[in-house]
Amino acid sequence: MRLLGLLLVPLVAAAAAYAHRSSRFRNAWLLVAGVVHLALVASLWITPSGPVLGDWFALDALGLVVLSVVTILFAVVAVYAVGYLRTESPRGGRAFVSCLLGFLASTSLVALSHHLALLWVGMEATTLALAPLIYHRHDRRSLEAVWKYLVLSSVGIALALLGTFFLAAAQVKGRPLLVEDLVLTAKTLQPGLLRAAFVFLLVGFGTKMGIAPLHAWKPDTYGEAPSLVAALMAGALTSCAFLGLARVAQVMSAAGQAAFMQPLLLAFGVFSLVVAAAFMLGQTDLKRLLAYSSVEHMGLLVLGLGLGGKGAYGTVLHVLNNGLTKGLLFLTVGNIVLVTGTSHVPSMRGVLRRAPASGALLLAGLFAVTGSPPFGPFVSEFTILGAAIGQGHPWIGAITLGLLAVIFVGMARPILDLLYGEPGGGSAAPDPRAGGLRLAGPIVLVLLVLLLGVYLPLPLREVLARATLSLGGVVP
Amino acid sequence: MTDFSDLLLLLVVLTDFWILGTTRLSSVIRAAALQGAILAALPIALHPRLSLHIIGLGAGTLIVKAIVLPGFLHRAIREASVRREVEPVIGFTASLGVGAVAVALSFAVAQRLPLPESQTALLVPVALATVIVGLIVLTTRSKALTQVVGYLILENGIYVFGMSQAERVPFLVELGVLLDVFVGVFIMGIVVFHINREFDSLSSARLTELRD
Repeated sequence: MRLLGLLLVPLVAAAAAYAHRSSRFRNAWLLVAGVVHLALVASLWITPSGPVLGDWFALDALGLVVLSVVTILFAVVAVYAVGYLRTESPRGGRAFVSCLLGFLASTSLVALSHHLALLWVGMEATTLALAPLIYHRHDRRSLEAVWKYLVLSSVGIALALLGTFFLAAAQVKGRPLLVEDLVLTAKTLQPGLLRAAFVFLLVGFGTKMGIAPLHAWKPDTYGEAPSLVAALMAGALTSCAFLGLARVAQVMSAAGQAAFMQPLLLAFGVFSLVVAAAFMLGQTDLKRLLAYSSVEHMGLLVLGLGLGGKGAYGTVLHVLNNGLTKGLLFLTVGNIVLVTGTSHVPSMRGVLRRAPASGALLLAGLFAVTGSPPFGPFVSEFTILGAAIGQGHPWIGAITLGLLAVIFVGMARPILDLLYGEPGGGSAAPDPRAGGLRLAGPIVLVLLVLLLGVYLPLPLREVLARATLSLGGVVP
Repeated sequence: MTDFSDLLLLLVVLTDFWILGTTRLSSVIRAAALQGAILAALPIALHPRLSLHIIGLGAGTLIVKAIVLPGFLHRAIREASVRREVEPVIGFTASLGVGAVAVALSFAVAQRLPLPESQTALLVPVALATVIVGLIVLTTRSKALTQVVGYLILENGIYVFGMSQAERVPFLVELGVLLDVFVGVFIMGIVVFHINREFDSLSSARLTELRD
């Protein structure tokens, strides 16, 4: 029941919010749905729930990790949105809150469904729920961003549907397209069709994740979308897309096709790091910089998945770390942009003086996202690197390490510049109202990311271990 | 029944070529609507033992792909008052040639694919050909509206492929897929409206402001 509640609560709230004319009621629905969703997921951590509707919906360890990222981020974004909507009034008014809630429902569907075609339906629904939110300013730039996003994501996800049908065609035994049955009867899958299915699904979900070279929509979309939408995209949406890919990887490794899958994943992973490093250097727009950072981290996820073994553990942990860190960064940048009025780095200098709290959060976020201790991403990136070197890919380990160093420089230079640089004239807008609501979220997230870096509670370690084993990995 | 379904599949390929060769936006949409109607008849032709599932699938396809979406796109061009696809990246004759190559390639590939118990030998090659034609239209046409039609054709190709699995994929899922395609094209259509208003043109080639 609780599993269905995860879908129904946001859907009902979306409809109810759309019916209200007053923004106060809409905000209340947003907050209530976010909190109830968070409470439901918390209760699932304490007492797990069995599968419902003939095993179509179930919550395994992997799904729980992704669902937790989604629900934490959404609760934080909901609080942030209440503050944001007081100062900004994005066009589309009523639909704004409903689209956010629709996004929560569709990401929950992706995290819960163990029927791959249903997972596809949820994945496409996430694309569509966010599209109106990107086009909030109704100007040429956001129009271009939403068009690229829609066309590229839709084509990618259409190819994933083709891959799903190939997978159905490859299956001779068991109930069609159910993850459990696919894994159990993996040895009977028709290998040729399974490989074709994997390639289509990799391209499809890879487009949605934004791994290079399928990332073309990402900088434009993240650059133009409101920061809270970008936070949901970079933190929650990409994690869901990764979950889709991980489900296919589960089937592939159970079918003994790891030798076919791993080189492809490694190639996409390393290439994403290369592209991210190349485009970060000289980047002058803060939000586009973060978008390339997202390309980098998606590359790391795919890399860890491709390495297998301990790399799988690093990847599962990195889903958690990356999701929360991206939320922290985009929300903080959103706060800073409200003060500076631009995300163009040279015009933003002096942030630490003009918005000290947000400046400090951005500094913490910089160290977290570049994988510096004591933050969470350090642990997961270190695990993935260790897996590369320890499991017979020393070259990949060395290249990754070099690229991570370049990326550190590429990110640190502009961010330190805008934090400490001398403000070059320009009118400093007064700090907008409702600052407390907008600061609460990033503060919670930075504490969580810090906690993940120093201490993993026992229940979390157990869930991570089960998720790793389901991917055929090894727990260090 | 196989003869009838083969006929329908051949008609799908013909509409593919119609879309590739035509210059008028309204005929492109008309061809897409016709293709949608053919696709609606396809499940009934392929699965002579009628069930509620098959009839529902056919009816849903007819409403979404043959009536509502084409009607919506027609309205879009009427309001934008554009008629012709100008200067595609590759010419119309050339794209017909590419389409012919795509069909030949699809038949060659489909023969090598180890597909089990497919009802008709034409199903998979036609599906692949339509997917490729959809991609060609998407990538070589400059009007945003034609690109939306290209996306629709791409989805149609995947739908034809899905026919080979129709008995294994439950109704609920197919309903979800149809709904997603519907909403997707709808939102794209709305964006096309806005592109027209902002740029006084339906050309997506004008969208070049964002770059590194």
